[in-house]
Amino acid sequence: MSFSVEYRSVQKISGPLIFVEGVSDVGFNELVEVKDAEGGLRRGRVLEINRGVAAVEVFEGTTGLSTTSTSVRFLGKPLTIPLSTEMLGRVFNGLGEPIDGGPAPFTEEYRDVNGLPMNPYSRDYPTQFIQTGVSAIDGMDTLVRGQKLPIFSGSGLPHNLLATQIARQATIVGEEVSFAVVFVAMGIKHDEAAFFKRSFEESGALKNSAIFLNLADDPPVERLVTPRSALTLAEYLAFEQDMHVLVILTDMTNYAEALREISAAREEVPSRKGYPGYMYSDFASIYERAGRIKGRKGSITQMPVLTMPNDDITHPIPDLTGYITEGQIVLDRDLHRRGIYPPINILPSLSRLMKDGIGKGKTREDHGPVASQLYSAYARAQELRSLSAIIGEEGLTEKDRAYLRFGDSFERKFLNQGIDENRSLETTLTLAWEQLSLLPETELTRIPDRFVKMYYKRT
Amino acid sequence: MAKIGRITKISGPVVQAEGVAGLEMHELTMVGNEELIGEVVRVEGDLATIQVYEDTAGLKLGEPVKGSGMPLAVELGPGLLQSIFDGIQRPLTVIRDATGDFVRRGVKATALPRDKKWHFVPLKKIGDYAAPGTIVGKVQETPLLEHRILVPPNREGKIDFIADEGEYTIEDCIAKLSKDGEIYELKMYHKWPVRKPRPYIERLEPSEPLITGQRIIDMFFPVAKGGAVSIPGGFGTGKTITSHQLAAWSDCEVIIYIGCGERGNEMTEVLINFPEWKDPRSGRPLMERTVLIANTSNMPVAAREASIYTGVTIAEYFRDMGYNVGVMADSTSRWAEALREISGRLEEMPAEEGYPSYLASRLGEFYERAGRVKSLSGLYGSVTLVGAVSPPGGDFSEPVTVHTKRFVRAFWALDSALASMRHYPAINWLTSYSEYTDYVEKWWNERTNGRWKELRLKALDILKKEDDLKEVIRLVGIESLPETEKLIMETARLLREGFLQQNAYDPVDTYSSPEKQFKLLSAILQFHEIALKALSKGTPVSKISSLTSVTDLAKVRMSVPNEKAEEIDRFLERIQADIKRLTGEGI
Ligand SMILES: Nc1ncnc2c1ncn2[C@@H]1O[C@H](COP(=O)(O)OP(=O)(O)O)[C@@H](O)[C@H]1O
Ligand SMILES: [Mg+2]
Repeated sequence: MSFSVEYRSVQKISGPLIFVEGVSDVGFNELVEVKDAEGGLRRGRVLEINRGVAAVEVFEGTTGLSTTSTSVRFLGKPLTIPLSTEMLGRVFNGLGEPIDGGPAPFTEEYRDVNGLPMNPYSRDYPTQFIQTGVSAIDGMDTLVRGQKLPIFSGSGLPHNLLATQIARQATIVGEEVSFAVVFVAMGIKHDEAAFFKRSFEESGALKNSAIFLNLADDPPVERLVTPRSALTLAEYLAFEQDMHVLVILTDMTNYAEALREISAAREEVPSRKGYPGYMYSDFASIYERAGRIKGRKGSITQMPVLTMPNDDITHPIPDLTGYITEGQIVLDRDLHRRGIYPPINILPSLSRLMKDGIGKGKTREDHGPVASQLYSAYARAQELRSLSAIIGEEGLTEKDRAYLRFGDSFERKFLNQGIDENRSLETTLTLAWEQLSLLPETELTRIPDRFVKMYYKRT
Repeated sequence: MAKIGRITKISGPVVQAEGVAGLEMHELTMVGNEELIGEVVRVEGDLATIQVYEDTAGLKLGEPVKGSGMPLAVELGPGLLQSIFDGIQRPLTVIRDATGDFVRRGVKATALPRDKKWHFVPLKKIGDYAAPGTIVGKVQETPLLEHRILVPPNREGKIDFIADEGEYTIEDCIAKLSKDGEIYELKMYHKWPVRKPRPYIERLEPSEPLITGQRIIDMFFPVAKGGAVSIPGGFGTGKTITSHQLAAWSDCEVIIYIGCGERGNEMTEVLINFPEWKDPRSGRPLMERTVLIANTSNMPVAAREASIYTGVTIAEYFRDMGYNVGVMADSTSRWAEALREISGRLEEMPAEEGYPSYLASRLGEFYERAGRVKSLSGLYGSVTLVGAVSPPGGDFSEPVTVHTKRFVRAFWALDSALASMRHYPAINWLTSYSEYTDYVEKWWNERTNGRWKELRLKALDILKKEDDLKEVIRLVGIESLPETEKLIMETARLLREGFLQQNAYDPVDTYSSPEKQFKLLSAILQFHEIALKALSKGTPVSKISSLTSVTDLAKVRMSVPNEKAEEIDRFLERIQADIKRLTGEGI
């Protein structure tokens, strides 16, 4: 059997890859144990087998490995992690090993970290409104249970604050359920990780959280496994333990960079900006693990965070993410500079599942039309802002000036809120109508008359 | 049949085997001990390269590879409708029964149910000659569709036997055809290779519009039945919703919806909605005419490559029964990426952006499978292809968009600026085009007293002028424009908000009958004429645009249902009266 064979035939080492010669009975994608000269063990995964040569990516990196003193064993199984509800309240590395000094979780249950694709026929459509207490999200880009909704940010913007505020405040109004947070750090800095831990501690969420850490100075290859380990636990908690799991993945940009590094080491033909052509499918194998399943109680809601290189939303990382996720929350440097928190630019932001989570019986009947009107009015206000910068306010009509007032007030009163301010949906919609009431009634073409009669200039 | 070979290389979904001389290109193969399904994509001597349609994790060197002697093919017969298949036509319901809520590999599943009985009605009799494609009988597959039982395109013969009307499974022999002393036992289904277009007698010019119920499409950028269209757009601009809208409301007899490398939840959405939504013409659930193919982004990439061929072959089969079939493929870019990934693993020389050099010819071959034809049965049918394109960064100069443009004749360009204003459908009216307008003009003119063309040109002209004026306004402000130009801006706004925008989620707005579309457009243009007269009498545009009757016209699309389209005239009368009052003419 394969566990007994130890190969000492490492022929080449390139970046994070080692090439082992003369192997037999080795399976694609299987787990590998690599022993270095000092007897230290590392783990890896078979990426390709060609004739007798296996290409292996080493999760902990290849530093200190040599072709002469390295030995390799193929374990005949994929990488698995242990699963148990005891993992809540604990901290793990990317491979699912505890790093908080506590014991390994006691369990019989081990599962392949790669998971399996959910059968589209088995999926249940996400429709339950999650109140985050953040007006810009609840009012305009509503999050629903089982959705994958990323935050597109830039370096230096308060995405961590926002992610923790959401994790802290997210509730289903009028429901007590078992709730868990799986927090996945990929290549982030120590103090960022500490910030998250502290925030979970303070809010009391820590005991319901499992934390997977792969920090900036941890091996990049392990970064590719980290979200998969974490999501394997999330699936277990959601679909076998009936929990509603919120998975925060940060920062997907670091993940993508690790992917690019491996691809370059394999000398693959790159697609845009050097990222591999399969990055879309690779991202999908992470993001599509969000969702609900018919007949099961739990759910996985994902909130990936990524920093857009150069604030460029067309960069392959946000671009491919946006093609897969069910919308995006886009943070904006200009709003941030003007002191608006959260600096969410609603125009490029979107929640694709919003329509099914709002409206009569869920939030409020006027919610959809109000959001739609706010979007178009704010877009108009932005357009007029740049216009008035050129021709001055005098060149604008009275109606246009009303739009400018609307735009300012919308940002200061609706978007802007405290980092601990938890607004009810009712409050959010009241604020929304306050802003819309700054416009002439005839401008509200997207809102049915009966709502206009009920709410316009009523507050 | 080829010998049993051995795996010598595994790289993701691509496997190489040796000792398989005789294996043919595109032959279906069984790979490994678990007999995973694959297709030969390259042969060199006794080596073959195979793309595997299932996850290859754990596959080992030396495991066996067997040919099947058959190309990758689909099963065509009763049982297709209302099904949801993966990219190689395995029913997802069967996969779920076999492996639970998560898809595991190695499931062997036939596409069509073997045990279900169908009520067969013969239409030919003993002694008749059945040429290829002849309709020998029929089965009412769903209340919406009569499934016509065809002689396969490569078979023919004199009918020696034909089954009586009654209940049969698809494996039962329902007719025997004899030719040159050979007997062919006809069943209600046959197989056809997915990469081979089904033959027909003759290709015809398109002539009838595909009515989609989407105003900007039907009125401004129509597609003809048998046409090919592309919907390019960055993420979140509305490719999927537009495709769903077409699948739901187009006046086709059959819809094939292909979710190619996209989200699982979007297929779930169709699975939830289509059994409930009613076909506006028959009142029956839309699902009764629909076939779904779902190879989502997290399912094996090679099967994604196959999925669009699976879909279009099923479409051609229904076309051959004399039906108009609509195919929506969302997204063809994911198909192209699958092609690129496989090509990369084959270490082929890449052309632009890593795509193989044959990308364009593959796209061409695919879109050429659209068309209106006289089928072998003598009946006329059509396949309309609608392909979503997902350009990286929303940049339309990338290879998939550019090459697709060469093979389609209508182009619905989705625009992120419109989408961010929540102007839906975000089809840009300045950059989109359709070469089918001339073909469908006659159809529309017959129904609009010959006014269709004139109205659409006039509306497009106002929208174009608005765009030009915007430039001017950017420099001098709207206040300094003459009143007639301010009116252009106002009418253009009405066109955008009251006609072009169409909310897929509004029960009334989601589908507009041709009559309502036309009435709405002519009402807005008539408003323009009335207002123009008022201007000449000194009434300012600002007074006109703040009339509630004018604002109400922008909401007619949601407030007036299709059955009451004539009420639109009433809105116009109100405007007329209000404007008269403004100009002091009394009522
Ligand atoms: N016709 C429409 N009516 C209403 N909303 C629409 C329409 N088209 C698009 N949308 C909105 O845009 C969002 C994104 O559309 P979608 O088709 O999923 O984009 P894409 O497939 O291009 O990424 C949808 O979730 C919906 O909110
Ligand atoms: Mg889409």
